[in-house]
Amino acid sequence: MSTATKRALLKPIVDDNPVTLHVLGICSALAVTTSLLPSLYMCVALTVVAALSNAAVSAIRHVLPSSIRIIVQMTIIASLVIVVDESLKAFAFETSRELSVFVGLIITNCIVLGRTESFASKNPVGLSFLDGIGNGLGYSTILILVATSRELLGAGTLLGYTIFPNAADGGWYKPNGMMLLPPSAFFVIGLIIWAVRTWKAEQVEKPEFRIHEVHRTEAL
Amino acid sequence: MPEPSRTSGARPDTVARTLLVALFVSLLCSSLVASAAILLKPRQVENAMVEMRRNILEVAGLWAPEAEVDELFESIEPRVIDLETGAYADDIDPEVYDPLAAAKVPAQSVEIPSEIDVAKVGRRAKHALVYLVRRDGEINRIILPISGYGLWSTLYGFLALEADGNTVSDITFYAHGETPGLGDFIVKPAWRELWRGKRTFDDSGALELRVVKGRVSADDPLADYHVDGVSGATLTGNGVSNIIKYWLGDHGYGPFLENIEAGESP
Repeated sequence: MSTATKRALLKPIVDDNPVTLHVLGICSALAVTTSLLPSLYMCVALTVVAALSNAAVSAIRHVLPSSIRIIVQMTIIASLVIVVDESLKAFAFETSRELSVFVGLIITNCIVLGRTESFASKNPVGLSFLDGIGNGLGYSTILILVATSRELLGAGTLLGYTIFPNAADGGWYKPNGMMLLPPSAFFVIGLIIWAVRTWKAEQVEKPEFRIHEVHRTEAL
Repeated sequence: MPEPSRTSGARPDTVARTLLVALFVSLLCSSLVASAAILLKPRQVENAMVEMRRNILEVAGLWAPEAEVDELFESIEPRVIDLETGAYADDIDPEVYDPLAAAKVPAQSVEIPSEIDVAKVGRRAKHALVYLVRRDGEINRIILPISGYGLWSTLYGFLALEADGNTVSDITFYAHGETPGLGDFIVKPAWRELWRGKRTFDDSGALELRVVKGRVSADDPLADYHVDGVSGATLTGNGVSNIIKYWLGDHGYGPFLENIEAGESP
């Protein structure tokens, strides 16, 4: 694997993660992560859309007039999202009902348009495709972490299989219902961002301003 | 807007090229979307059919997750009724009759007068397809298809009544587009549980069954007829009330339910 390929594919997983570093795609990360199975479908859907739309935009990057580039990118993304949504309705009906509007909302997911605009419109097709996969994987990593902790702590199950026997059914685990509510996804994502930035200190942003103590004489 | 760093710098963006690219992309994308929709349609229709039947089985109290939907469905008796008279119309084959399609054919449907069309159904078919569950030959449950407007979307579902035609045994919605996490309370098992045992008509024959705003208070004299709403999703709840009001009314299943009560539709 060449360095460029490796960078495109692996960098978005931790070093340049779209969710933890750029804080994009949060809406769906909050909405679909109450259980693991729909999250997995969402990850696959986003990865497919990101990779294919990157490849498509890259393929026409030399002929694409800059005045209409955003609307063309949106058209390509929207079409791919519809295809993915229709396929889910055909092949994964139950899950598509659970995901409801959120697959359709991939259209507005900033990760996808962000990558087509900032990467695919300047790079060759193969590399752009891999960049889409890489960013999809980065998004998936976070989604799977969030969904695993939410389903496990919120319901005591994973993919519907009981991991912590529920107290109501004679087990020992009392599910934390708050984990199934949207705010908990914020907390979990916040904790992940904190953990990543402690591990990779270079991701910490410089404060835009700092509160410091002013000596009384200085203020005058 | 000049974009000096862009790759197209060598060739200026002429109007003709802009239009050409737009046309080309639109054609390609629309054919992609169209072919996906057409190729996947049969499977989606099949899925929707199974989902509808699963919902019927659920309100019938016959649903078993491990069994085949089609097999279980054989114990349910679909019957076509004439909504105006409430009598069975056995000359129409329930296996092939599609009330939603019939509602679009002028000869097979009627316009609902706007003053009673509270659920904004518009047109309805003259004949409806109801499902009966029998126990020892006697009607045990009556399953009525219901539909109407909620907040954003048309809700499609089933209301199951006990044999007396006056007690709710279950309600379900198999297709809706209400707000996820808010208006979709209508498909939550906990809310459906609230409907069980609710009464439809009071002693004077007035329809009192409806979804109220907030919780049904303990001193509500009509507590047996009222179902809790969800705050923040009042309009979806109102939509359900309107659907009940229309479909159990005289223009809906009213005549059929009277026949059942009078023992004229065995």
